[in-house]
Amino acid sequence: MSEAKEPVELLRTPVELAYTYSAGQSASRFLRGIAVGKLLGQKCPVDGRVYFPSRGSCPQHGMPFTGETLELTDKGTLVTYAIVRVPSENIPLELPYISAQVLLDGADTVLMHLLKAKLEDVHMGMRVKATWRPRSEWTTSVGNILYFEATGEPDALYESYKEHI
Amino acid sequence: MREIGVVGFAQSPSLRREPDRNEVEILIPVIHELKQSLSLAGRQFDFVCSGSSDYLAGQAFAFVSGLDAVGAWPPVCESHVEMDGAWALYEAWVKMQMGYADTALVYGFGKPSMGDLPITMALQLDPYVSTPLWPDSVSLAALQARLLLDGGLVSEREMAERAVRDRGHAQSNPFAQVKGDFEVAKLLSEPHLVSPLRKHDCAPISDGASAVVLAAGDRARELCKRPAWIRGISHIVEPQDLGVRDLTRSRSTEMAAARAGVWRGPVDVAELSAPFTHQEILVERALGLGAKTTVNPSGGALAGNPMMAVGLSRIGEAARRIWDGSAGRAVAHATSGPCLQQNLVCVLEG
Repeated sequence: MSEAKEPVELLRTPVELAYTYSAGQSASRFLRGIAVGKLLGQKCPVDGRVYFPSRGSCPQHGMPFTGETLELTDKGTLVTYAIVRVPSENIPLELPYISAQVLLDGADTVLMHLLKAKLEDVHMGMRVKATWRPRSEWTTSVGNILYFEATGEPDALYESYKEHI
Repeated sequence: MREIGVVGFAQSPSLRREPDRNEVEILIPVIHELKQSLSLAGRQFDFVCSGSSDYLAGQAFAFVSGLDAVGAWPPVCESHVEMDGAWALYEAWVKMQMGYADTALVYGFGKPSMGDLPITMALQLDPYVSTPLWPDSVSLAALQARLLLDGGLVSEREMAERAVRDRGHAQSNPFAQVKGDFEVAKLLSEPHLVSPLRKHDCAPISDGASAVVLAAGDRARELCKRPAWIRGISHIVEPQDLGVRDLTRSRSTEMAAARAGVWRGPVDVAELSAPFTHQEILVERALGLGAKTTVNPSGGALAGNPMMAVGLSRIGEAARRIWDGSAGRAVAHATSGPCLQQNLVCVLEG
């Protein structure tokens, strides 16, 4: 009989669960819109705020949205940003890149995306516009927009986006 | 003890597979309907508590987006349990007993159709020696049923009778998933699904959501003509290791029933959340239910089993029988874990 008294220090119990994921009605509506180049938001029936993208209800009032959508322009304001200089395993972008929060004109929630600009030029309030991939490459993905770029218009007034910082 | 009553209830239909709504989208209209029925807005609840499972959603912190359905600005006082909504209701009840809240919104929601539910349930077991074997929940229940059958404690006929009864009752429940007129003899001629269980012995897999509103004292009387007062509520958990439990009875249901005061009066209606026919028999026995009690007028879990909401729905269904006067005293039951590991018993009175 062996005198094995070594403690068990490691136990491998891999967990693997498969899911058939469904984005849901609201996200699907948004993604089908962007597949044809349309940016679709939804309006809260209580206070008229426009949610983009919408998640099916107004999170402020808990008010369900109907199927009605509102088409937004691909122009907006850079609300805030971060210059990323640290690599991340699942982000295949060349460093440094600019992670941007864009408030599209007419929307009341911000969209997280990328900004292409010289680092020294980036600033809050910058007016930006989407640069799209070639139409033949469009799918049901926010990646149909490659990035946002400056329009050269005068900056937006701080008052117009301060709520979103 | 403060007087706390169930004053509102809403639910989604139990569906085998919600084709395109995500789990929050299933919940949104349920909470909206409930708020409309009581003329309350989100921030008028002193406390909000939910039950759901990130393992069903396949996403960490999935429950947070459930608040989209509530309306969470200005900030609400809110909590969550990774359990059936019946336990969220228990937390809300405790909070109200302590005087921290006069009203509470409680909800449970889940979309198990996105994954393989019986396998996902294996994650409830102990992670060292049981989960690595991946015993699915139906097989574990089948082992329990085998113990009962071999011990002569339950017969396959008695089990089939529960399915016939519940599916029959469910015909009057528009939210039920499995319903209709069935015959015991015909069900018993069906092949086994996982021996000794047949399909009718197992609750369906259901996507769905439900929500309940609790209110204390006069606030409850303002919101509801005949509140379903919670006269007792208790839950007990048995050990995690299946080998140390007596699987031929539901000891924790017996103890919870005693503590909740089930036997202090007659029970007109009982709504049970047992997901297998033999477990329904064990729960009936543990609660000491006799011929005078109408069991599962809604069909119970065997007719519709929205994971994370099914237990809360039993409390809602029992409360409805108090509101409409068809019951003076009702008992609701919820369960969690494999083979009736943890059980909650709630006594409601008009």
